[in-house]
Amino acid sequence: MLDILEILATAGFWTATLRIVSPLIFATLGELICERAGVLNLGIEGIMTAGAMAGWMWVYQGGDLWTGVLFAAVIGAMFGLLHAGFTVHLGLSQHVTGIGITLLAIALSSYTFRMMLPLVTTPPKIVPFQVYPVPLLADIPFIGPAVFSQTPLTYLALFLVPFVWYLLYRTPMGLAVRMAGENPIAVEAQGIDVLKVRTGAVMVGSALMAVGGAFLTMSAFDAFYFGMINGRGWICIALVIFASWRPGKALLGALLFAALDAMQVRMQQVAGATIPYQFFLALPYILSIVAMVIMSRRAAYPKALLTPFRKGDRI
Amino acid sequence: MRIEPREQVPYWMVFSAPLFAIAASLLLCSSFIVWAGEPVAASFTLMAKSVFGSKFSITETLARATPLILTGLAVAVAFRARFWNIGAEGQFYFGALAVTWLGTGLFSLPPVLMIPVMFIAGAIAGGALLYVPLVLKTKMKVDEVVTTLLLNFVVLLLVSYLIEGPWKDPMSLGWPQAAPVIDEAVLPKLLVKTRLHLGLLVGIVMSLLIWFLMTRTVWGYEIRAVGYNAEAANFAGISVNAVMFRTAMISGGLAGMAGVSEVAGLKGYLTLDLSPGFGYAGIAVAMLVQLHPVGVIASAIFLSAIFVGADSMSRASNVPSYIADVVTAVSLLLVLVSVMLTRYRIRWTCK
Repeated sequence: MLDILEILATAGFWTATLRIVSPLIFATLGELICERAGVLNLGIEGIMTAGAMAGWMWVYQGGDLWTGVLFAAVIGAMFGLLHAGFTVHLGLSQHVTGIGITLLAIALSSYTFRMMLPLVTTPPKIVPFQVYPVPLLADIPFIGPAVFSQTPLTYLALFLVPFVWYLLYRTPMGLAVRMAGENPIAVEAQGIDVLKVRTGAVMVGSALMAVGGAFLTMSAFDAFYFGMINGRGWICIALVIFASWRPGKALLGALLFAALDAMQVRMQQVAGATIPYQFFLALPYILSIVAMVIMSRRAAYPKALLTPFRKGDRI
Repeated sequence: MRIEPREQVPYWMVFSAPLFAIAASLLLCSSFIVWAGEPVAASFTLMAKSVFGSKFSITETLARATPLILTGLAVAVAFRARFWNIGAEGQFYFGALAVTWLGTGLFSLPPVLMIPVMFIAGAIAGGALLYVPLVLKTKMKVDEVVTTLLLNFVVLLLVSYLIEGPWKDPMSLGWPQAAPVIDEAVLPKLLVKTRLHLGLLVGIVMSLLIWFLMTRTVWGYEIRAVGYNAEAANFAGISVNAVMFRTAMISGGLAGMAGVSEVAGLKGYLTLDLSPGFGYAGIAVAMLVQLHPVGVIASAIFLSAIFVGADSMSRASNVPSYIADVVTAVSLLLVLVSVMLTRYRIRWTCK
């Protein structure tokens, strides 16, 4: 118990927590936007992989870091467009299409990586985003090094939470997105094209997922490995349910999750001799399931989630 | 653009839908072969030769198709009831764990008894793993897609722990692998000097059984009814939870049997790379033939041919073996479209 308190009192622990939470924030917000518009996006795991590969490859080929993030976002949006084309316009199964998108994105990422770097055995490295201490704020004791000594993408992730909240809850566009997921017929009655709203939401959401993946290769680490997303996408879907489809709660859930994840790494060093390391590695997945079970009774799914909409549909 | 349902779907359309998807995906994927700087026609010829060119290569393809038949069936049964079991990968490994636990010296029976016991144990293990997401779904309304997916990762870590720890084979020279199954549990070969084993027959028999179950029995009727419209099924007096339970046990059991077949038939012992994604590929196998239990055999052979062919193509040319994963994913997506085109017609309207 004392160990846990000691860990909580170190700034390093909170720095790590914010680093772990950043990709989760991007991807969770991305999934949240898709689902709020009524489209489950199971392509998340693959889109994160594609973003991780695309952003990294852009920089490795001599590109600039920020345009690399943009490139990853564009690739993500393209997969989003594909998903929307299948599920929104053709009305195909969102479950099966999503899995197909994940398989496709992972396959294309692996194929492209091998094509461009056929002979490498150890993954080559890039110079990733560096820590940027926010002037003045970084000098605050404890909070400074914990919160304000991060890479720029982490600040972007933290900024996105209130931004997405504002867009969803305080703008007509956000209202249209949320209504498309609750009552698409009402949206159409307003003269708004449901298919366009949903397509846009899925593309933006997928772009965010890809940036979440790119965070891993361009900020947290400096190389691309096969299988590096390692279920993070699925965890983000659990986080969206845990958050009842609300951006603020998503941040809280993701932070809690990341803190526990940062904790398990440190506990591993303390208790590694007695408890096998696989137990600690399995904890995030088990915790995600537990989180869904806890929140399941209160889960208020967007009413039109999984339901395709065809123009001219009536009740 | 308007999408209108067809009143009747002609038979030739039902059959040609997957063929169209496969042809289109091979056409699309040949652009990746062009990107690798290889001649397309010659590459496909090379693939075909390495898959069907000799007796040995045919048996290799069939050996690779064996686990895919079983995981494909697992997915086909579950999806028919709209129970989204994406955890065949985890259930596969649970079956493999069961045969490793029981079949490596815990007890010994003559093969005629030992082999069925292994398959039953694997099926129970696979079903037991799927029981967790099932209960969470029926009792707590937790979405089974995410739970089955997440459990895949947990199971892999459990396997990793067991074969690096308590179940590690002391004779393995440090490799993380479990002890080999005893001779009585090893599946007999169907042909000498090949890797083709009894698992293939088990897969074919299971697919016929599942076809009979789904089309000729009340259970199958109920599974389909729940899949089409769970509310209506409930209204008609079908206990949806009981049907879900049966579906999950059959689905998980089939995936578990795939794990048994790979350990006892092909590899001989459990390792962490036992499955190169058989569980996920099972989704493509099942979807390609619109969840038809007997069709699963054909689509499993097709996908295994793609994987075997891609392996030899990557050895002989610059095309990375990941081309097989691309073909799998593209054909999975395209079959959705082509099946839709058989059921609906798209009418282009101008305002």
